[in-house]
Amino acid sequence: MTDKEPRLLLFHAPLLRQDMTTPRTMRDVIVALLPATAAAVWYFGLGAVLVLAASILGAAVAEWLFAPRASRGASLRDGSGLLTGLLLGLTLPPGLPMWMAFLGGFVSICLGKVIWGGLGHNLFNPALLGRAFLLATFPIAMTTWPVITPGEFGVQAGNLALPFMQAGADGVSGATPLGLFKFEQQVTPLAELAFGKIGGSIGETSGALLLLGGVYLWIRRDLDWRIPVSILATVALFSLVLVLFDAERFPAPLFSIFSGGLLLGAIYMATDPVTSPVTPKGAWIFGIGVGVLVMLIRVFGGLPEGVMYAILLMNAATPLIDRYTQPRVFGHEAESS
Amino acid sequence: MKKNESYEEFLKGIWRDNPVFAQVLGMCPMLAVTNSAVNAIAMGMATMFVLVGSSFLVSTFRNVIPKQVRISCFIIIIATFVTIADYTLLALVPGVHKELGAFIPLIVANCLILGRQEAFASRYPTKLAVMDALGMACGFLVALFSLGAVREILGDGALFGVKLFGDSFEPWVIMILPPGGFLTLGVILLFFNWFKYKKDEFLDDVARAERSGADG
Repeated sequence: MTDKEPRLLLFHAPLLRQDMTTPRTMRDVIVALLPATAAAVWYFGLGAVLVLAASILGAAVAEWLFAPRASRGASLRDGSGLLTGLLLGLTLPPGLPMWMAFLGGFVSICLGKVIWGGLGHNLFNPALLGRAFLLATFPIAMTTWPVITPGEFGVQAGNLALPFMQAGADGVSGATPLGLFKFEQQVTPLAELAFGKIGGSIGETSGALLLLGGVYLWIRRDLDWRIPVSILATVALFSLVLVLFDAERFPAPLFSIFSGGLLLGAIYMATDPVTSPVTPKGAWIFGIGVGVLVMLIRVFGGLPEGVMYAILLMNAATPLIDRYTQPRVFGHEAESS
Repeated sequence: MKKNESYEEFLKGIWRDNPVFAQVLGMCPMLAVTNSAVNAIAMGMATMFVLVGSSFLVSTFRNVIPKQVRISCFIIIIATFVTIADYTLLALVPGVHKELGAFIPLIVANCLILGRQEAFASRYPTKLAVMDALGMACGFLVALFSLGAVREILGDGALFGVKLFGDSFEPWVIMILPPGGFLTLGVILLFFNWFKYKKDEFLDDVARAERSGADG
């Protein structure tokens, strides 16, 4: 643009180019998730790798099957389908049979993306939609948490169940910190929460590494910092108020933030640019809404964890939020309300 | 000619104007009672009885029923047959009757049935009306059964209560629940429309080829 020489330039429309492309963003998110994924493999063994691989494969197969013939390769190359598969895999329990993870990835892309018209047209976060489907379809398998086995790279017995068959009795099953808190009033130490020595979904073990990935994404300008900040702040504030009422019954702020899938959801799923508001004001409203819903479901609802439903509900509200937070167009009068 | 015409009225309900796949009517029983194949078939049979019976009566009396109060007359006729169907099911298959519950009386409000009376039976002679009702009811039955079979196979690993995959089958709980009905219906509609689209495309191709053949 600094070129002063008069020349005839023939270009078609996007004249200003940035390196901010969809594949780059997707690659960044995948890179940001790698440390947490590696930690999960350390804690849960190769079973976690199998679940992740199956869910990514399911997403890729669906992408390939339902892409128009002309752009079949392109929809796979931009990495969005793979990222959906990875994110879904991270929300699954490590002992899940591989065929269920595959089905989840497939459904994520079909119901979460393809039927809406492809990337950029979906209303709900595809990975979370896939998880919601799996949770409603296989409620027992989806809430069976294996005990962590740091450093032993074993495979969970459930992982290898034949397609359409049950996982079989695993013998020992662990519990998540949120489940322990809700049903047995047991508080997990913060250090274990932050570094991941806890049972739970593959991706929610290590809060610190998830935060690290979030910082990387923020530096690379791949995410709207307002959304995770407002979600985490709302959750912290909400639980602070509750603790002031009754410190025994309600979870402490830091416990609320580091337990369950909150960090994974707040940093990597709520910030999905397709399904979150585009305006800054909207991002704040969206984040506060997710935070309030998470706490309402966790504390007053029947389920120990509510991040998934909170984000899906706010996804549904996103078009409305966007409509009501449009900034005033320059030169136009402010609308009288 | 006459025979052909009634045959045509029968066939259109099964495929081209299928009440569920093409007209998307009767969604309430379609989604509510198709969690097993038996329920679906019982519902389909009950609907068939009511539809054929009321089409017959409405078409027979079509010149007597005053235009201004025709809807109420249709409803009274339909309600009569629904009551018969209700008590018959209660007497013959009490278990199924209990599972179908409120949805049998609700056949009265099935828009498919009232729709056929208003759009067809009240305008055409009795024979055509009955053939049309039979075709529509068969189409409805086919749709109910296909939905019920898919949902029972995936949700229970069984068809008509017979286990298909052995004991270690992992049931897809969602298929028994209401969301499973919406998902299955959506997927079936998708395939129906895709098939129709492909067929139209094929027919267009054939027509174009014929035209260019005739020109050249």
